[in-house]
Amino acid sequence: MDLVERACALLSGWVGARVTAEAAAWFHEQLAAVRNAGQEKPLYLALGYVPRRLGKDDLALSAAELAEAAALRPGFDPSEWSVDQAARVALVLASYDGDPVRFKDRLETLFRTADIGETIAFYRGLPLYPGQELLRARAREGARSGMRPVFEAVAHRNPYPKEQFDENAWNHLVLKALFIGSPLDPIQGLDERANPRLARMLCDYAHERWAAGRPVSPELWRCVGPHADEAALADLARVLESGSAQERRAAALALYACPRPEAKGLLAGVPELVGAIERGEIRWADFAHS
Amino acid sequence: MYLDPHTHMISRTTDDYERMAAAGIVACIEPAFWLGQPRTHVATYIDYLSMIVGFERFRAGQFGIRHYCAIGLNSKEANNEELAEAVMEILPRFALKEGVVAIGEIGYDEQTELEDRYFRRQLELAKELQLPVMIHTPHRDKKRGTLRSMAVILEHGLDPSWVVIDHNNEETVKDVLDRGFWAAFSIYPFTKMGNERMVEIVKRYGSERIIVDSACDWGISDPLAVPKTAELMRRAGISEADIRKVTYANALTAYGKSGQIKEEDWLNPPPIDQRLLYMGNSVLRGGQEPRIETRKPGLDEDLRIV
Repeated sequence: MDLVERACALLSGWVGARVTAEAAAWFHEQLAAVRNAGQEKPLYLALGYVPRRLGKDDLALSAAELAEAAALRPGFDPSEWSVDQAARVALVLASYDGDPVRFKDRLETLFRTADIGETIAFYRGLPLYPGQELLRARAREGARSGMRPVFEAVAHRNPYPKEQFDENAWNHLVLKALFIGSPLDPIQGLDERANPRLARMLCDYAHERWAAGRPVSPELWRCVGPHADEAALADLARVLESGSAQERRAAALALYACPRPEAKGLLAGVPELVGAIERGEIRWADFAHS
Repeated sequence: MYLDPHTHMISRTTDDYERMAAAGIVACIEPAFWLGQPRTHVATYIDYLSMIVGFERFRAGQFGIRHYCAIGLNSKEANNEELAEAVMEILPRFALKEGVVAIGEIGYDEQTELEDRYFRRQLELAKELQLPVMIHTPHRDKKRGTLRSMAVILEHGLDPSWVVIDHNNEETVKDVLDRGFWAAFSIYPFTKMGNERMVEIVKRYGSERIIVDSACDWGISDPLAVPKTAELMRRAGISEADIRKVTYANALTAYGKSGQIKEEDWLNPPPIDQRLLYMGNSVLRGGQEPRIETRKPGLDEDLRIV
C-alpha cells in the first residue's frame, strides 16, 4: 500500500474507534462513495456532514497510536487533532485516484469554498497528501494567513514546511509566527533550518520592537544564536545584560549554540546560566508559552 | 445574554464587536446579502461566502462573540440572471458548512420574475437540506411583498415554524403571526423599525414568535440595537421572561432547527473550538452567568433609535 492508502486507513481506523457504531458505518459508507465517485458531489457533501455526524471531540491519541503516526511518515504529529479533522483528511485522501495533479486541483477547489474548520483540517493534512511538491503554493498561502489557527495548522507540528519551503518562505514563516504571537517551539525543523539571513531578519525585527517599546519574544533568539554575526552578538550581549530573567536565560541558550569564540566570552560572565543549561534546566520548549 | 440574529458584521469594525460583547451579545447571525452594490462575477460571490463562513467567524470569536450565518442568493442580485444561475450552482457547497443556520436572506426586492424564480428554487433547496429560511421582505410595496412571500412559501410546502419573516412593521406583523411564521423586526433607523415602536409591538402582541434584530450593515445602523431595545422594554415594564424570548430565546429556537446553533456553543464550547476558533476568548466559562455591562457609559444617554 502506498502512503496515501495507509494514511487513509490509519485515520479512518482512529475515527471509527471513537464514534458510535452507527456513525462509523455512515463514515465508512462515505469513504466508499468518495472512492468510487466519478464526480465531486459525494466528497463535498460528506465533508460538510462530518461534524454533524461524527462530532468534534479531541482525537486524544494514545502513545501507541502516536507511535503508529510517527511510523507512517516522519514528522507526522496528529497529537492535537480532533475527530472531525481526521475524518475530513481521510475523506480527502480517499478521493485520490492516482493522479497527483488532479488531487491538487481538487484540494484547491475545496480550499476555495472551505469554512474555517475545514481550512484548518485540510492544512493539517498536508504531510499526508500525494504530490507534496505540488502543494507548496497552497501551503505558503496558509502560512500567510492572518487567522492564527490557520497559520498554525501549517506551521505547528507539521513537517511540511521544513521539507518543502525554500529559504525565503521558511524565514517568513518564522517571522510571521513571532509577528502574530504564535510560539516557535512547535515548528518542526527550527534548528536545522536556521540560517544567517533569518538571523539577520530576526535581529532587525527585535530592533523594531525595541524602538517601539514593545516586548521581544525570548524564542526569537533561538534562530539567531547559531548564525549570529557581530551585530547579533551585540544584541545578545544587550539582552544578557539588561533583559528580564527569562530573556537572559534565552540569550544564554542562544549564545550556547553559537560557534563563535565571542559567544564563549559572553557566557563566561554568566556561569550560573551556563550551569543551568548544562544541567538541562533551560530548554527552548520552556519559552513557548512565555 | 442577547442574540442578534441579523447582522452584516463583514462591514462593521472591531469597535462594534467590543461594544456588542460588553453589552451582553453572545452570538450573531450574518445572512448573506449584497454589499451595497451588486457583484458581477460568481467568483466574488464565492469569496464573499467563504469569508462569512471563515474569517468573519474567526474575527467574531476573538471578541468572545459566536458568529453564524445564512447562505443564499439575495433578491437584488437575483436580477442578474447569469450571476444568479452560477450562484445557484455553488450554494449547495456552502449550505452545509459549520454554523450555517439557514438559507437566507432571500425573498423579493422589486418582485420581478427573476426574483421569483430564484426565491422558489432556494425554498426547494432549504427543504432538501432541512434548513430554516430567513426572509427579507421588500422595503417598497412591503405589505403586498410580505403577503406574496408567505403565499409562495406555503405553496412550496414549507413549515412556517421553520421560516423567519424579517423586517416587519406594524402593518405586516399580524398577517405574519396569524400564518404561524416567526416575525422578526429590524431595529434600523429611518427605514425600518424604531425601538420605541418595537416596545409597543411587544406590549400589543406579546413575545410569542417575535424576534428583535439590528440588521446592522454598511448603512446608518446600530449593532447595539438588540440590547438597547431590551433596555427600553425593561423600562416600559415588560417582563424579563418576555424580553429574553424576543432578544434571545426565540431566535435560538427558530435557527436552532438547523442543528448548527446551540446554547452550549457559548456556554461550553468543544475543546477544539475553544483552542482554535476562540483562542481562549470564552464568552463564559463553565456555565457561569455572563457579566453584562448594560450600564456602560454612553449607552444610557443613547438608548433611542428613531
